[in-house]
Amino acid sequence: MLIRHGDELTENDVTPRDVYLRRREFMGGLIGGGLAVAGGATASAQAATGLKGIASPYSTKEPPNSRAEITGYNNFYEFGLDKEDPARNAGSLTTSPWTVKIDGHCNKPGTYDIGDVLRGNPLQQRIYRLRCVEGWSMVIPWLGVPLADLLKKYEPTSKAKYVAFETLHRPSEMPGQRRAVLDWPYREGLRFDEAMHPLTIMAVGLYGESLPAQNGAPMRLVVPWKYGFKSIKSVVRISFVEKQPRTAWNDSAPQEYGFWSNVNPTVDHPRWSQATERRIGEFRRRETLMFNGYGEQVAGMYRGMDLKKNF
Amino acid sequence: MDRKALDRVVYAVVWLACLAPLLWLAWRGFSNELGANPIDKLIRELGVWGLRLLIVGLAITPLARILKQPRLIRFRRTIGLFAFTYVLLHLTNYVVTDQWFDWAAIGKDILKRPFITVGMAAFVLLVPLAATSTNWALRRLGPVRWRRLHRLTYLIVPLGVIHYYMLVKADLQPPLIYGAIVAVLLGWRSWAWARKRRAAGA
Repeated sequence: MLIRHGDELTENDVTPRDVYLRRREFMGGLIGGGLAVAGGATASAQAATGLKGIASPYSTKEPPNSRAEITGYNNFYEFGLDKEDPARNAGSLTTSPWTVKIDGHCNKPGTYDIGDVLRGNPLQQRIYRLRCVEGWSMVIPWLGVPLADLLKKYEPTSKAKYVAFETLHRPSEMPGQRRAVLDWPYREGLRFDEAMHPLTIMAVGLYGESLPAQNGAPMRLVVPWKYGFKSIKSVVRISFVEKQPRTAWNDSAPQEYGFWSNVNPTVDHPRWSQATERRIGEFRRRETLMFNGYGEQVAGMYRGMDLKKNF
Repeated sequence: MDRKALDRVVYAVVWLACLAPLLWLAWRGFSNELGANPIDKLIRELGVWGLRLLIVGLAITPLARILKQPRLIRFRRTIGLFAFTYVLLHLTNYVVTDQWFDWAAIGKDILKRPFITVGMAAFVLLVPLAATSTNWALRRLGPVRWRRLHRLTYLIVPLGVIHYYMLVKADLQPPLIYGAIVAVLLGWRSWAWARKRRAAGA
């Protein structure tokens, strides 16, 4: 596989001064509790935890969107349907303790604390483009770990052809779940090779801080070459499965949201064009790139597949 | 206060009420409070307000009859013209700020996207109504023809609701509520019409 932009560091790779000044504290956190997020970042403590990730050659050099944009404009129907609702309502989410059920075709199934799930994988910074199926996009400086590293620990067997994910179902804290807008809990899935692809990460932070609840705290998937809704938030279950799993939006409108949902400017959503997108903060729409610009890294996985049919 | 002064006050209130959403949107726009995607927000808000005012306009006649307040009818033109203004701004925002005069993309949208086709049809049908809203046009057409022409609203408002219904991603509740209101308002008309016919026949 050809990986470009290998050795170029950008301003984004520079440790922010405040984080740098607190580097011992941070290292202490790493050694002590695995991760600050894992250790006990409750909703109230979330804003204060400084996180630092190793710069990655997979990061884009495009300027990231502001923290206000990334944390104030979200689709997270569990907290309401308007883009501003998650920022308003997600504060109620308890993210500690947080356990993840890992089951299906693997040698080490079980229910694990998030600290155990993430332990041993140093955080990386991944500045990725995110393209929403609705026709807008952002550039987001995620902090996370490659999903492959995380999954390998549970020793998936050869029967694991797909990986299925589930979001927390807790209507008491997720007001959006009190109405059946989608068939809760939110579900997503990837083919096994997509899940193991080095671009796929489990994110735990952004902009040097643990994830705000509205962005999918305490951990959420990020699959940058697929429409944003594939990147499931607040994950509580990971299953290694043999058959293609059901997914929330595909269940809701199968003719509009396919299982694959790779960003593809040539395959329109039945109700709107996918040829262009509005980068949040920009005025003019820009051309949407095949696989959201990650074609060099991921196109090989879909060779021979009819992407119009497998949308 | 004499009747004329009162009329003027009531009229001013109606006018301001129609203008308020636009002023509120403009204010939020200038103070950067329309969120991270202000263009999208603006288009949606203008569209929803256009639909709301169209529905209010459709409610005037039944209300005037039921409440026996024929003078309410005076406000129909103002409300209708405001509705048209919101719809026009909604469309202008789509053409200018969203698509930036990309006529090829807009043309494709109109032909290929049923919700845009429906919305555009509703707009096109609204234009003659706005154009014939003056007293001069009413005299020119004569009341019978004028009224017949303006019955187009019975088609336009449902088209507006369908346009909204078709673009919604998952939550159908708001367009269904508007649809239910429109169904009641049009239902009342057909009921009143049938009753009148029966009375005439008897």
